[in-house]
Amino acid sequence: MDILCIGLNHETAPVSVRERLALSPDLQAAALRKLKSAPGVREAFVLSTCNRVEFYLVAANLHDATRAVDAFLVQDLNLPLQDTKPFLYRHRLADAVAHLFRVVSGMDSMVVGEPQIAGQVKEAYREALRQKAVSSIFNRLLHKSFSCSKRVRAETELGSRAVSVSYVAVELAKKIFGDLGGRTVMLLGAGEMAELAARHMVGQGIASLLVASRTFENAKRLAGLFQGTALPLEEVDSYLPRVDILICSTAAPEFVLDVRRVQASLRQRKREPVFLIDISVPRNIDPKVNELENVYLYDMDDLQKVLQANLEERKKELKRAESIVQEEVRQFLAWLHTLDLVPTIVALRNRAETIRRQELEEALSLSKVPFTAEQRATLEAMSQAIVNKLLHEPITQIKEGEKTGEALSLAEALRRLFSLKVEGGSS
Amino acid sequence: MELSLILFYLTLVLYAAATVGYMAHLTWLDRPVWKISRWLLFTGFLSQSAGLVLRALEAGYTPVTTRFEAMTFFAWLLVGIYLLVQIRNSMPVVGAFVAPLALVLVLLASFRDMKVAPLAGLLDSPWLPFHVWFAFLGDALLGLSACFAAMYLIQERQLKKKKIHRLYYRLPPLEVLDRWSYRCVSLGFPALTIGMLTGALWLNTVQGAYLDWKDGRQTATLLTWFLYAGLLHGRLTVGWRGRKVAWLNVIGFLVILVTFVHLAHFAR
Repeated sequence: MDILCIGLNHETAPVSVRERLALSPDLQAAALRKLKSAPGVREAFVLSTCNRVEFYLVAANLHDATRAVDAFLVQDLNLPLQDTKPFLYRHRLADAVAHLFRVVSGMDSMVVGEPQIAGQVKEAYREALRQKAVSSIFNRLLHKSFSCSKRVRAETELGSRAVSVSYVAVELAKKIFGDLGGRTVMLLGAGEMAELAARHMVGQGIASLLVASRTFENAKRLAGLFQGTALPLEEVDSYLPRVDILICSTAAPEFVLDVRRVQASLRQRKREPVFLIDISVPRNIDPKVNELENVYLYDMDDLQKVLQANLEERKKELKRAESIVQEEVRQFLAWLHTLDLVPTIVALRNRAETIRRQELEEALSLSKVPFTAEQRATLEAMSQAIVNKLLHEPITQIKEGEKTGEALSLAEALRRLFSLKVEGGSS
Repeated sequence: MELSLILFYLTLVLYAAATVGYMAHLTWLDRPVWKISRWLLFTGFLSQSAGLVLRALEAGYTPVTTRFEAMTFFAWLLVGIYLLVQIRNSMPVVGAFVAPLALVLVLLASFRDMKVAPLAGLLDSPWLPFHVWFAFLGDALLGLSACFAAMYLIQERQLKKKKIHRLYYRLPPLEVLDRWSYRCVSLGFPALTIGMLTGALWLNTVQGAYLDWKDGRQTATLLTWFLYAGLLHGRLTVGWRGRKVAWLNVIGFLVILVTFVHLAHFAR
């Protein structure tokens, strides 16, 4: 019994290949049904997002798993094998478990530490449950992957820094002002990113939002979204001293705010710091404004730089996250081992007992001389002793193997050598 | 060795350990490490408190007359005020600035003569505790304010130059640093003023003049008093703040520190 992962992601395959493997919900359900019933496959789980398509299987061996996945790709997706083979990776057992744990924790994502993947995996799991494609092993594996992901997020900084431009703006605002409650934000001009940044700021509990735009209608609409106040452009200067954070994204071709205007406003503000975000192209705020004391001016490039720095910080956390993953993988594998051992040992004993009984009966029945009860007892005892002594060493070795981590492979070897049929994996 | 000296060396060790701990926390942001460092600092403070009490009982007066005593007392107040501030707003990273300062003071003090000196005639006066407590309290508060100002300078540089590195993530927001720096100055300045006034009054009873230009300590303190007065005035009238103010704050405190370590007290 092995756990396999076969798939591709944004690092191994270009989007042109990924999109051919992308599974609609119907296809996903079909995949689960087909894989589950393939020869050698006991459980199946399928994950399909825009950045990865992965097939997880509990199967007798890698060969059976590969055959099942290939069959699905060729027959249901009409994908010739040579089109996908160069991009697919295959993981076994510990690697497969570690890979899943990493994926769910956001360590394998394009944006390291992103939170969406956990939800996507949960959805895929629900589908697998609906199709009855998972049972004891994958149930436990997936639950463990979610708790591993929770640990990674709680114990490392992996998911903490802002990695979208609008969040970076909020993060910077908080680094300047601390708590944003009671602050005044002004939106100069409209635009998607400005709206998004304003939305985040409002979410942080700012006191008031002012919106000014060349078209008063736009200003009113935007202000309405956030219970803010719309201003005609002419009134901006009178409100400027009140503004702590200004988000500027007009379509104006020249500077809307220059040093003189900002300086005047600063004086009236008693030099309380002001955060200016200029996301317009071309820039609307004179860069020289940043040279004024207590003014912090950031344009798109600056925000991107902070974003990159944040991403680098996240990546530094990967090492810490990896040690958590390894710990969880070890625990899961230990559990997995307990599944195989007992049934294997029981099967071995049963086989031995069956052979012993059969041979004994045959010997007794073939004998021309009837055996006395005493002689029967002696034969019984002797055959029992032979069996016990023969089995003692292998069974002890397997149990010892639990400590060295070889138990699973030893049990597997035993099953192969004695052709033991094991109903493995009771919950 | 007397118990008070043993306690002093224990304090030194604990402050050193706390400094190492706070620096480690600054580097790796490990919460348990911070909690241990805080506990180490607190224990050092307790040990120092016990030592000071013992010494006071032994000497019969507030132990701040020798240079050794002055520096350790200063460190004690600095750590004490920081621990109080901590209750209000934990700001773990601040410890990485306060603990080393306390450690340096205590370390420098350890090179000084630790004998308990009998109170020289001039110093045996009811003015002593008043002057000393207020002056030192003022100095310690201004010292804490300078720590916040130093952190402000670092954070401000990163935000202004947009060079984001490690400390950006670890330092508190600018406003918080500025607010606490200002709070400490607005408490430290009155304390320093009372300290100076009582000092002048005391000098008058002894030398017949309120001011002695030859007393380096008094002159330097007067200069820094004007500096902080200017800072406060600027802040209250036009909201003067930012980089320049933070620098003045730090420089002001460095002057205080230097006079502490080098210049004699009351021309001894």
